[in-house]
Amino acid sequence: MFLDEHQVSNIALLARIAINQKDIGDYTQDLSNILTLIDQLQNAPTANISPLSNPLEQSQRLRPDTVTETNQRDQFQCHAPLTEQGLYLVPRVIE
Amino acid sequence: MHRKTLADIAQGLAQKEFSSVELTENYLRRIAEFDRTLNSFITVLPEHALAQAKQADQLRAQNKAGPLTGVPIAHKDIFCTTGIKTSCGSKMLDNFIAPYNATVIEKSHAAGLVMLGKTNMDEFAMGSSNENSFYGPVKNPHDLNRVPGGSSGGSAAAVAAGLAPAATGTDTGGSIRQPAAFCGITGLKPTYGRVSRWGMIAFASSLDQAGPMTQTAEDAALLMNVLAGFDAKDSTSIHKPSEDFTAKLKTSLVGKKIGLPRQFFAHNMDSAIESAIQNALKDYEKLGVTLVDIDLPTTDLAIPAYYVIAPAECSSNLSRYDGVRFGYRCKNPADLEDLYMRSRGEGFGHEVKRRILIGTYVLSAGYYDAYYVQAQKVRRLIKQDYEQAFRQVDFIAGPTTPTTAFPLNNKNVDPVTMYLNDIYTIAVNLAGLPSISIPCGMSQQLPIGLQLIGNYFSESDLLNAAHRFQQTNDWHKQLLTQSIR
Amino acid sequence: MSWETVIGLEVHVQLSTASKIFSGSSTAFGAEPNTQASLIDLGMPGTLPVFNEEALRMAVKFGLAIDAHINRRSVFDRKNYFYPDLPKGYQTTQLHHPIVENGYVDIPLETGGYKRITIIRAHLEEDAGKSLHEDFHGFTGIDLNRAGTPLIEIVSAPEISNAKEAVAYLKIIHSLIRYLGISDGNMAEGSMRCDANVSVRPVGQKELGTRTELKNINSFRFVERAINGEVERQIDLIESGGKVIQSTRLYDSHKNESRLMRSKEEANDYRYFPCPDLLPVVIDDPYIQAIREQLPELPTQKAHRFQSDYQLSPYDAELLVSSRELADYYEQCLNTAPVDAKLVANWVTGALLAALNKETIDITQCPVSPQQLNGLVTRISDNTISGKIAKTVFDALWAGASSADEVIAQQGLKQVTDSGAIQALVDEVIANNADQVASYRAADDAKRKKMLGFFVGQIIKASQGKANPQQINQLLIDTLEKH
Repeated sequence: MFLDEHQVSNIALLARIAINQKDIGDYTQDLSNILTLIDQLQNAPTANISPLSNPLEQSQRLRPDTVTETNQRDQFQCHAPLTEQGLYLVPRVIE
Repeated sequence: MHRKTLADIAQGLAQKEFSSVELTENYLRRIAEFDRTLNSFITVLPEHALAQAKQADQLRAQNKAGPLTGVPIAHKDIFCTTGIKTSCGSKMLDNFIAPYNATVIEKSHAAGLVMLGKTNMDEFAMGSSNENSFYGPVKNPHDLNRVPGGSSGGSAAAVAAGLAPAATGTDTGGSIRQPAAFCGITGLKPTYGRVSRWGMIAFASSLDQAGPMTQTAEDAALLMNVLAGFDAKDSTSIHKPSEDFTAKLKTSLVGKKIGLPRQFFAHNMDSAIESAIQNALKDYEKLGVTLVDIDLPTTDLAIPAYYVIAPAECSSNLSRYDGVRFGYRCKNPADLEDLYMRSRGEGFGHEVKRRILIGTYVLSAGYYDAYYVQAQKVRRLIKQDYEQAFRQVDFIAGPTTPTTAFPLNNKNVDPVTMYLNDIYTIAVNLAGLPSISIPCGMSQQLPIGLQLIGNYFSESDLLNAAHRFQQTNDWHKQLLTQSIR
Repeated sequence: MSWETVIGLEVHVQLSTASKIFSGSSTAFGAEPNTQASLIDLGMPGTLPVFNEEALRMAVKFGLAIDAHINRRSVFDRKNYFYPDLPKGYQTTQLHHPIVENGYVDIPLETGGYKRITIIRAHLEEDAGKSLHEDFHGFTGIDLNRAGTPLIEIVSAPEISNAKEAVAYLKIIHSLIRYLGISDGNMAEGSMRCDANVSVRPVGQKELGTRTELKNINSFRFVERAINGEVERQIDLIESGGKVIQSTRLYDSHKNESRLMRSKEEANDYRYFPCPDLLPVVIDDPYIQAIREQLPELPTQKAHRFQSDYQLSPYDAELLVSSRELADYYEQCLNTAPVDAKLVANWVTGALLAALNKETIDITQCPVSPQQLNGLVTRISDNTISGKIAKTVFDALWAGASSADEVIAQQGLKQVTDSGAIQALVDEVIANNADQVASYRAADDAKRKKMLGFFVGQIIKASQGKANPQQINQLLIDTLEKH
């Protein structure tokens, strides 16, 4: 299964990963090879088989509704890239 | 001293042959001397370790020591450690000081283990050679021109070289077992849900498990006693009654059955490996084990299924690395999109990016059913295969890897070729089963690993089988005694 | 061209749990930025979610209240996209297997009667954080206190036909969630948010027109305006040859218009897949039954019961049950001592609500207690005071007086019922208004009825409002007849 560079660029955009022009060819080749590998799944005998997500097929445990966390903002923000007045800052977003 | 096992050390400390401080200083010296060559540690913690060692000695003086109090250990740099750099082998987290402890770390501290440092690893646990680390490749102590395996390559190399008596690793497709095989040590991947994933930086959530990497099966059992257990903070953690994993070590293996999958042995494996495995199986027969031919028809589907599921989960798990709240942020982002694109483009290495891209693709509209859902269905088929097999046998055996440690910078070229090396280990993660790799031979001075797979929650039985084997030979002692040049 | 409107509503309701859906952080409103954002809420490496049992219970409660199917097995999915208020880069929600499916509510129509609106699904999900765009010199500030708050998203079928129906639907939902105690439904604070999917099509056309999604509607008043505005915009657009593009529009209540929103995710490919850190939520019949047994009486049932038990009109019943607290107030009043249920209803829906609205306070802050109201109405029913005087007493109670009896005694408001006294007043007024009396006698029956009011008014005035109106009426007519 082959991808072209345009498709790879789109995937990279969805994943928010910048790929240099000089590397796009390599990524395209690598991804195409991987897809060829995983295409082997298409012939697997999966009729009437339901998907398996968690290997032990457990079900979700519930947690009591109690407040257990305290304010640790300073500790969490001391190594953050950019903060001001307790807020995380990112370049201005226009909605 | 550095060849002492955890069991030896525990006994030595108890009998006051040496102190934890002496022991720790010894390992720190060895690390200082040899790790520039091996590069198995990302962060060494001399002050922290010695402080812990001192405290351990004090506890022992007060007769308050537990079985492993004061025993040094190295932790894979995937476990969050409060106030200490936790990089996951990546530039993305090069500046990350974890604000909390992983449960594995908490339990280790509570048991009195002394943390020597954080070991090198393939970035975000993605890789089989430890060449995908931001901090440079790790060398195999048996041959410095070869890889130690990955992603827990640093832990494996450190134990093999006697820089730590034991270490923790994680295994998503073989990342404990394969480096254990390449470096000639013992590595156990527990049943999914046995060891808490809280604080263990996620790669593929439904596949990841933490486990011990040690010199012997007995040591692995000792360490499992520390690491295993239900954790309410991990929704996938399993409730099992408390278990002493050393209790059954010496049990006789008479009457046990080992299954040999036709599909494993039909594959191309190194002839030296094949003969080492056959010899190991003969040893097991001498221990009273019966060998049974079995079928695992889905064997060849495991790699494709894994390389859909693992990248899919990781593509989502790694979305949080966006330069906003922690980790690497690119310089002078022009706008929000630029912040994301360049922080992630610059912060992640190639293998990680490849897997995120594949994962993104297989989850995307139009491909989700054909790839992801299909892979999940195949996963069920694989699980059924193993369940069927375990109705007939107690363990399934085979080589851990098709080759011995390959040279650095060799297979690194083509990702798919690299992936195909996971053929024996990978299905185990898909099914969530426990599995152990133990040394069973050498080929041109490179270790060979035998893998045993057990049924769900049968770690004690696996460790028993491994221990009895280790009592009949010295393969697990073929570790470095000479200095590393 | 005749147009019809098709509206579907998505309502996000913040559940009033103490802690967040997947972490133990507080959900309290108004805290300093990022002081209620734990490791899990921040999406720190290595963190994992654990599911809040109360959020589940609340979702099931809601499902039962709308007579929906409760899925015994529901699954959390990840909705993947990048936005700074979404710390993990995905929102945990429920796509394929929501907890609640196929319910309905009946909305009262202005024209009378009810219309059933199907609720396709209601599912659990986590809220995102908040972005503050204004104050940071070229930067946007992110506050993650809200990230992880439990939400249920309630999705209606596109069965709503106009803005008024939309408002009626929202009011029912609002009332229901408050009745169930699962949310305070405060639109201004964001604990109930409404997005409207609006499309138009020529009358008779089967296919739906292209829809737009309206966001940022945060009051019932704005709902009506925003929807009507959008319908108009779409019709104008199509009639002038344009085409409606499927898009999201942000409503601006100041300008009363909507504008195209810059989309958060260019290619809206959310790549949903089951969250591997969470397991399927499996519940059984006993669990659901236990919740069913604890359901409070719901508005619809209560309204029916009020009509049958208290002979109230549908309108009055609906009004009284619109808030659980109001309905409780009403019944507490009735239960104090035997009293005329309809009369109490009139007082509650009339004077009491008016007074509450005037001071913009809630029934829970009402200064007149149900017991005090009972006392007042009792004194009307037993003719101690007239209806008119009762208003004075009410005002006094509102201002802090302790009981109707006390006010009546203190201000000497007892109704005059002595026929002799009233007759005297009748005679006095007749004597003083000879011209009007003459006109009255000359008029026909219909006109007489109208003119009676003048005399009655005069007599009431002369008695300082204390004369019993029925007696006035009777004696007046008799007296006028006699002459």
